[in-house]
Amino acid sequence: MKKINKSTIFFLIGAALVYVIVQTLASLKIINTFWETILLLAGVMAIVSLGLNLIYGFNGQFSLGQYGFYAIGAYTAADITYRWTQLHSAEGLTVVFFIAILTAITIVVVQKAVSKIRGLDTLSAFAMYLAVVLAAIFAAVKLGQLVANPITALLNLLPAKTAQMIVYVIAIILGGAIAAEVSFLYGLPILTLGSDYFGIATLGFTIIVKVLLDNSDTMLGFQEMKGARGMIGIPKLTNWTWIFIFLFLTIVFIRNLLNSSYGRAIVSIREDETAATSMGINVPFYKTITFVIGSFLAGMAGGLYAHVNGFLHPNTFSFVKSFDPLIIVVFGGLGSVTGTVTASFGWALVLEGVLRLVLPDGFETWRYVVYPILLLIMMLLKPNGLFGNYEIPFIRSIVPPLKDKANNEKKSEEVA
Amino acid sequence: MERKNQNPIIQWIVKTKILGILFFVVIGAFVIYALGQALTNNPSLFLQQVVNGLQLGFVYALIALGYTMIYGIVRLINFAHGDVFMVGAFTSFFTISRFNLHLWFQNLFPSFPAMPAQIIGAITVVLASMAICALLAFTIEKIAYKPLREAPRISALITAIGISFFLEYFGALNFVFTPNYITYKRPFEVKSWFIGPSGFGTIESGVTSPSNSIIFSNIFVIIVLASLSLLLVLQYIVKRTKIGKAMRAVAYDKPTARLMGINSDAVISITFALGAALAGAAGVLYAIAYPQVYFTMGIIPGMKAFVAAVVGGIGSIPGAFIGALIMGQAETLSAAYISTPMRDAIAFSLLVIVLLIRPKGIMGEIASEKV
Repeated sequence: MKKINKSTIFFLIGAALVYVIVQTLASLKIINTFWETILLLAGVMAIVSLGLNLIYGFNGQFSLGQYGFYAIGAYTAADITYRWTQLHSAEGLTVVFFIAILTAITIVVVQKAVSKIRGLDTLSAFAMYLAVVLAAIFAAVKLGQLVANPITALLNLLPAKTAQMIVYVIAIILGGAIAAEVSFLYGLPILTLGSDYFGIATLGFTIIVKVLLDNSDTMLGFQEMKGARGMIGIPKLTNWTWIFIFLFLTIVFIRNLLNSSYGRAIVSIREDETAATSMGINVPFYKTITFVIGSFLAGMAGGLYAHVNGFLHPNTFSFVKSFDPLIIVVFGGLGSVTGTVTASFGWALVLEGVLRLVLPDGFETWRYVVYPILLLIMMLLKPNGLFGNYEIPFIRSIVPPLKDKANNEKKSEEVA
Repeated sequence: MERKNQNPIIQWIVKTKILGILFFVVIGAFVIYALGQALTNNPSLFLQQVVNGLQLGFVYALIALGYTMIYGIVRLINFAHGDVFMVGAFTSFFTISRFNLHLWFQNLFPSFPAMPAQIIGAITVVLASMAICALLAFTIEKIAYKPLREAPRISALITAIGISFFLEYFGALNFVFTPNYITYKRPFEVKSWFIGPSGFGTIESGVTSPSNSIIFSNIFVIIVLASLSLLLVLQYIVKRTKIGKAMRAVAYDKPTARLMGINSDAVISITFALGAALAGAAGVLYAIAYPQVYFTMGIIPGMKAFVAAVVGGIGSIPGAFIGALIMGQAETLSAAYISTPMRDAIAFSLLVIVLLIRPKGIMGEIASEKV
C-alpha cells in the first residue's frame, strides 16, 4: 500500500472541515444569501486567479486576457443550460460538444503535421491552424444539429433533476474547453511577443471579446444572449458544493502539475528562458500549454459564475474588471497557490461584503474610493504580496521560490 | 545538426513563409478593396471621415506622447494616464463655467478686438488645465510610484491601476465631479467651413452645406494647431534642452545616468509632469470636440492612445504620433464603413496585426533611442 503523506491528510481534513462548516452555517441560515453569494463569487474568483497565477506567477507570462476567456466560458456554458432549460433541447450541448472535440482533434493532428516541418514560421502555422479549425467548426455544427434530437430524447429518459445536473456539469467543462481552444489559437502567434507586448495583446483580446458580446444578438446571431441588454433565464444551479468541488479539484490539479516534470519546466521558463532552452526544454510548447490550462480554468470558472446569479452582462467582462484577478494574484503573492486562494476570498469578502456594511448611509459610493487606498497602502507596505512565496505544506514542492524580478531585470540589463 | 525537410513543396513553403504572408495579404486586400470602394463610391464622404479621423488622431497623439515617455523612462504602463486626461477636461469645465476664465482678457480690456482676445482666453484655459494636471501627476508620482522604484515592476502597475480607480471614483463623488454626464461649454463659438467642387465658404447656421463638399470647423483647426505646436515644444525639450538630455540618458541607462550626476528621481518626476500636461491639454481639446464630460471619459481614449503608442513603437515620440493618427483613422473609417459598435474591436485587432508583423511597433527599431 502506498504511504499517504501527513500533509495530504491534514489538507484533506482541513478542506472537508471548511466545506462542512460553511454548508452547515448556510443550511442553518447563519450565513444569509448575501454572504453565501459572496462566498460563491469568491470561489469563482479563486479559480480564475489560480489560472492567472499559473500563467503569470509560475510561467512569467504577463497576461491581461483572463477575463476574455472567463467571458467565453461563461457565455458558452450559459447558452448550453439556457437551451436545455428554456427551449428543452440539447442542441447547444451537442453542437458545442462536437466543436470542442473536433477542434481538439484537428489541433492535435495539425500539431503532429507541423512538428514534422522544420523551421515553419509562426504565422504560417497560425494560418494553417485557423483554416483547419474553421472547417472543423463548420462540420461540428452540422454534426451537432444532426444528433441533437436523439440526445434530447435520451436525456429526457432520465429524471429531470439528474438530466439538468449532467447538462450543467458538461456545460461547465465545455465552457472551459472552448476557452482553452480559443486561447490556443490566439496564443499561438502572440506568445512569441515579449512580456509587456503579450500583456497588451491579451488586453486587446479582452476588449475584442467584450465588444463581440455587446453585439452577440446582432452580429453573432445568438438571440438568447441579448447583446448589451444582458442574458437572462440561466438556471441558478451553482451552489457551495459545486464551487467547493471545482475549487478543490483545481487546487489539487495545480499542485500535482507543479510537482510534475511539466511543472518544473514551466517554472524554469519563468526563471530564465535561455537557460531553459539550453537544458532542452521546449519553451514555446510549455508556454502554450500553460496559457491553455490557465484559460481552461478561467473558462470553467466562467461557467460556474454564469449559474450563480442567472444573469450575464458584457459589462461584467470589461477590461477594467479584468484587472481584478491580477490584483488578487499580486496581493496573494506571485507564485503562491495558498496566497491566491486566501486573497480571492479576502478580496471578495472585504470589497463586496465588509465595505458595503461598514460604510455609513450616504457613503456607499465611497466603496471604490476606499478600495484603491487600501490597495495603495497594501502595495507600499508589502510589494511582494501577503504571502510572498509561502505555501501550505501540502502544496509546497521542490519548485524554487520566485526570485526578485526587479533584481533579475537589473542583472539582465548589466549583462546587456 | 538540423535535418532538412524532405518534400520540396514543404521546403518551399517554409522558405518563402508563403502561408503567413498569404494570411496578411488576404486581410490587407480585403481592407484595401473596402477602402477603395468607399473612396470611389462617395469621395467626399470618405474624405470627411478622414478629416474626422485626423481630429481624433491628433487628440490621441497628445495622450499617447505621455504614455510613451513614461514607459520609455520607467517601463511602467501608467494606467492612471487616461484619468489624468479626464481631470484635465473637468478642470477646464470648471474654469470655464464657474470662473469664466476664457473671458478674462475680454473683461480686462473690453476695447481689444474680440478674435485675439478669445484666442488668448482659450489658451489660458488650456494652460490652466495643463498646470493642474502636471501638479496632479507630480504628486501621484511622489506618493505612489517613487517608493516602489526598487520593488517588482508589477507592484507599480497595480498601484497605477489603484490610482486610476481612485481618480475615477473620487471624481464620481457628489461634491467633486458628480457621477453625471455633464454638457461642456466651449470657450469659443463654433464656426464651420466647407471646401469642395462648389468652392470654399462659411456655413451659416440653419443653411445646409452644398453637396459633395467636406465640412470642417474651427475645432479641427485648433486641435491640429495645438497638437502640432505641443509636439514641437516637446520635441524641442527632449532634443535640445539639458533636461531633455537628462531624460534620454535616464531612459537609456538609469544607473549610469546616476553615476554621471543626473538626479534621476527629479528627471522621472518631470517626465510624469510633462506627460500629464500633454494629457491635460488633450482633455480640454477632446471636451471641446465632443462636448460632454463624465468621470469615466478617460478610460477608452486612454486605452486607444496607449494602443497608438504601442502601434507606433513604444518609447519613440514620432512613433506615438504616427500610431495615434493611424488609430484615429482606423476608428472613424471602421465606424463609417464596417460597423460602429465594432470599432473598438477593429482598433485592437489592428494592434494585434501590427504586433505580429512588427513586434516592436512601426518606429520601434528605427528610433533606437528612447524617451
